[in-house]
Amino acid sequence: MFKNFMSWIEYRMPFMEKMNLHVMQYPAPKNFNFWYFFGSLAMLVLVNQILTGIWLTMNFVPTSEGAFASVEYIMRDVDYGWLLRYMHSTGASAFFVVVYLHMLRGMMYGSYQKPRELLWIFGMLIFLVLMAEAFMGYLLPWGQMSFWGAQVIISIFGVIPVIGDDLTLWIRGDYVISGATLNRFFALHVIALPLVLVVLVFLHIIALHEVGSNNPDGIDVKRPNDGQKIEDNVSDKFTFHEYFTKGGKKIIVDAIPFHPYYTVKDIVGVVGFLFIFCWVIFFAPEGGGFFLEPPNFEPANPMKTPDHIAPVWYFTPFYAILRAVPDQLFGAIFMFLAIIFLALLPWLDRCPVRSIRYRSNLHKANLVMFCISFVVLGVLGVLPATPTYTLLAQIFSFTYFAYFGLLWFYSKNEKTKPLPVRLS
Amino acid sequence: MIKKLFTVLALVASSAAMAAGGHAVHLDKAPIDLTDKESLQRGARMFQNYCLGCHQMQYQRYSRTFRDLGIPDDVGMATLGFTANKVGDHIKNAAPKADLANWFGAAPPDLTNVARVRGPDWLYTYLRAFYVDPSRPFGVNNEVFPMVGMPHVLQELQGIPYKASETRLVDGVPTEVDVGIKTDGSGELSTEEYDRAVADLVNYLEYVGEPSKLESRSLGIKVLIFLGIFFIFAFLLKKEYWRDVH
Repeated sequence: MFKNFMSWIEYRMPFMEKMNLHVMQYPAPKNFNFWYFFGSLAMLVLVNQILTGIWLTMNFVPTSEGAFASVEYIMRDVDYGWLLRYMHSTGASAFFVVVYLHMLRGMMYGSYQKPRELLWIFGMLIFLVLMAEAFMGYLLPWGQMSFWGAQVIISIFGVIPVIGDDLTLWIRGDYVISGATLNRFFALHVIALPLVLVVLVFLHIIALHEVGSNNPDGIDVKRPNDGQKIEDNVSDKFTFHEYFTKGGKKIIVDAIPFHPYYTVKDIVGVVGFLFIFCWVIFFAPEGGGFFLEPPNFEPANPMKTPDHIAPVWYFTPFYAILRAVPDQLFGAIFMFLAIIFLALLPWLDRCPVRSIRYRSNLHKANLVMFCISFVVLGVLGVLPATPTYTLLAQIFSFTYFAYFGLLWFYSKNEKTKPLPVRLS
Repeated sequence: MIKKLFTVLALVASSAAMAAGGHAVHLDKAPIDLTDKESLQRGARMFQNYCLGCHQMQYQRYSRTFRDLGIPDDVGMATLGFTANKVGDHIKNAAPKADLANWFGAAPPDLTNVARVRGPDWLYTYLRAFYVDPSRPFGVNNEVFPMVGMPHVLQELQGIPYKASETRLVDGVPTEVDVGIKTDGSGELSTEEYDRAVADLVNYLEYVGEPSKLESRSLGIKVLIFLGIFFIFAFLLKKEYWRDVH
């Protein structure tokens, strides 16, 4: 019965064919480690955001008069409304946690290098849309930090010469942040950007499956088939889709089918992630004031500036770079460049070796310094800009950018270690 | 326009820095316990008697408070619900809002979320930090919130509080040293009783700030236990499958 049904479907739409291609017969390198959980976790969080978002929308009122009260209504009067809201607000922070770790994984193992440049670019576009999505979502509860945080970030666009003032006016739809801004941010947050995000994630995965997954050793699992038998190759046990073997022209080495091996492994990662995620939701939903900032429990008041305005934690590294530069325009340019340079990594890194395991100590030190810079900038972005902190922000902005310059310089003739022939 | 904004932001940032450096008011830890229903009930009564005249809890319904505090609706309406027509009404007052702002210099804020904005320790310390200051319109000032517009509404409970000082030898010189706030003893409560009453009130404010907290703790434990057990099975499943690979 089921078989008949499936063949009825298959005759009209290649369902099993595509499932085999992308899931059951997709060759994934056998040596994925801890760092390879974050791609599937990002998908999980995306689904969480979409589902909880749909249910929140059912009771949210997107007007400046009704927004704050409707969030309190969700928190108090809607059955499990508090749970939906905390899942959504914690999910926003969790999204950035897993995406930042996912990006770091790519940097460690050179996953952006040829032939995965386009894959990396799609990833960077996802990151940009995600930042826009999070920024617009944060305005919706219409609390004090929603209002003043948006005020600060929109004003950044105002430093652009000639068109700046008109541009901010166009973004806000009003001379100040108002109900008009809230309305359009709501539309973009719940419809436009999620659609773009889902399409980009689809393209990200299509591009990934075309070139294949990188791995911690950074060597290829698909090789030209020269007819020689490869000893002790786990891939011999499995059937892979002919798309990947190109009718016998390629041989697959040390890879295993994505399903069931990585599906069961990802479940372990998912449960581990959910343990931490749920702990935050149920026991610390404010995330120590970083996921939900205390002033945001007060309704937006354009007449009362909060003592200290800091963007939500996931923007603070870039915000620290913005503040570190004395000139506003150049500050905005450097903040923008901080993201552009990441997107250009495939062309800045000229080393033929991908994985950090086989690269020089200089490269290792450089990447460690980059991570330290990013974290320190993140901390500084939360703190008020005192002269000492500004000096620190300048130093660490410099080391942040130095990563890219140094990488370009040394990567061409880098002293690397010999690559292994097989995956470890 | 933009320049102005940045100037404002710079000012805000620098004043916050000064606040972080100079404004070091010590906050006492609020001895509160959300599972103590009697304390919450006493706190609710205090709120209705002393706060609701000016402050509202416009997002919290009487019915929710009654349910969570274990008060039957009819008892609650008779003893606490004097501003409500129906048990599902929000905890609001009939005070003239515009007049309140004129009388006190600022509109009394809504207190539904005050514990989430300020934190329970701030509230606990604030309500015990009023002192006599004849220069202020209502004759009192506050150590935690200087120049606050609010009068000391709990004075009949605490008595008249004043900033006490002692003469002590500092580097061999007799100096007046601030020793905290004392009361003249004219209040209905002793100092310990007053602290207890304020703690009850703060406990109630903390509850109203996040009523789901009562529910989320117990649900959270169950969810985490489930995930803990699930993790074991997920791990064993992975191990079983991966035998083929290793």
